[in-house]
Amino acid sequence: MQAKRPRSILPGFGLSLGFTLAYLGLVVLFPLLMVFVKASGLGWRGIFEALWTSRVWAACRLSFGLSIIAGLLNGVFGLLIAWVLTRYTFPGRRFLEASVDLPFAMPTAVAGIALTTLYAPNGWIGSLLKPYDIKVAFAPPGILIALVFIGLPFVVRTLQPVLEDFETAQEEASATLGATRWQTFRRVVFPQLVPALITGTTLAFARAVGEYGSVVFIAGNMPGKTEILPLLIITKLEQYDYEGATALAAMMLVVSFVLLLVINFLQRKTLVRNVA
Amino acid sequence: MSVQTRSTQDPLWTRVLLIGCAVGFLAVFLFVPLALVFAEAFRKGIKVYADAVTEANTLSAIYLTLTVALVSVPLNAVFGVGASWAIAKFSFKGKSLLLSLIDLPFAVSPVVSGLVWVLLFGARGLFGPWLREHDLQIIFAAPGMILATVFVTFPFVARELIPLMQAQGNDQEYAALSLGASGWQTFRRVTLPNIKWALFYGIILCNARAMGEFGAVSVVSGHIRGETNTLPLHVEVLYNEYNSAAAFACASILSVLGLLTLALKTFIEWRVGLRRQKH
Repeated sequence: MQAKRPRSILPGFGLSLGFTLAYLGLVVLFPLLMVFVKASGLGWRGIFEALWTSRVWAACRLSFGLSIIAGLLNGVFGLLIAWVLTRYTFPGRRFLEASVDLPFAMPTAVAGIALTTLYAPNGWIGSLLKPYDIKVAFAPPGILIALVFIGLPFVVRTLQPVLEDFETAQEEASATLGATRWQTFRRVVFPQLVPALITGTTLAFARAVGEYGSVVFIAGNMPGKTEILPLLIITKLEQYDYEGATALAAMMLVVSFVLLLVINFLQRKTLVRNVA
Repeated sequence: MSVQTRSTQDPLWTRVLLIGCAVGFLAVFLFVPLALVFAEAFRKGIKVYADAVTEANTLSAIYLTLTVALVSVPLNAVFGVGASWAIAKFSFKGKSLLLSLIDLPFAVSPVVSGLVWVLLFGARGLFGPWLREHDLQIIFAAPGMILATVFVTFPFVARELIPLMQAQGNDQEYAALSLGASGWQTFRRVTLPNIKWALFYGIILCNARAMGEFGAVSVVSGHIRGETNTLPLHVEVLYNEYNSAAAFACASILSVLGLLTLALKTFIEWRVGLRRQKH
């Protein structure tokens, strides 16, 4: 391999890059491209007709609306948990630290049936809420709980490295100048956490929009009421409505790509560590 | 942990309140659901649990889950090593685009990750007619489930290795080459020992997702009991049949897998952290 090798005397550039591109192309890019090829076969009119139905609109509103709320809730509680884990020492801290990744490690179907059983009217938590007429499982609040569950690690893991690298000298300076602890947090610490907080929240939101396994059990899946977008794709596939499913998938892919671009841009700006 | 002076430490009541809130939140959202899985699994006694776990359909689901993981994880591990070698050891145009493309599967909904294979290999897909002529089945069979799993777990190993290899630089490899090692020897004796923990880390995360994947596999599975159900799909079937004890018994196996993954992951982080301090 005597080909032009850019700035390295190490061997294997052509082989490893060629293999990477071929595998990426076959396993990821070509299949994704198929969605757009199939969707373009429908024409703009066909895509419009497939997407412009009250059922799709309701699913969009539910999926995006609840994912935004879940992202924001994760932002608040993720910040709280990241702060507690990096700033305080207390018994069990290491255990909590490790357990934050539980939603990544638990299969989504397991989380789904566990949350459903927990919040069902006869479940551990559901039975406590029943006297107050609060319905969680098989209703939008249940979907929200599942989305908060799977999104939490994104915010915590994005904020943690930023908090760990934070110079306490700045806080000392702020305290020396007479600021209270709350003023220091609000004016000195928090503004520097904002980029990472937005990145983490966006990651949680992106995951929530596409999430299926942990939501589908608790959702109730009533068309127009508690039917999320990914489920609608599956429903259309099961009814052999390939056109409808493809149009929806193409729309969701466009949303994913836009979110990915936003996240990449934010990460490049903040140089925060990637989280899975 | 950074040294904290009095001026940068929160008052005691704040600390107690915030720790309380964090513990409470994690308890309700993570620990209670986890505890419920095992409580429900053993609610009807150990015998019902044992029967559910050793039932023929469960065993075949476990077998299929292992098969899918055994094919897709090594594929993505080899890809991860190859991609990180190209990306971390050389500089070339379009590298940041390539990095973004590798992360792409994480941004795609699991359902869409399954659908793409239906559009390619399904009865009305691009290769559908050709597959039918040659009497081959990919969708609603194991090959489709492997493809969907490969897609979903694609970035795991690569994204653990790339940052590490970029940070390590090429100096040790240069030294090995200048001492007369071949390219393969350099990789095997110098690079591989340097990345072994990160590789292992990526592989266990990849494996956990491969064995636990639900959405993507659900789209391409035929949902035939004892044939095309992986363990997560088997859990769904049992749960929808109101066979709660058996569903949670199978879910408990998957939970143990998840907990084991977490434990290994924490152990490796501790190992690698320890090493970082030594250097």
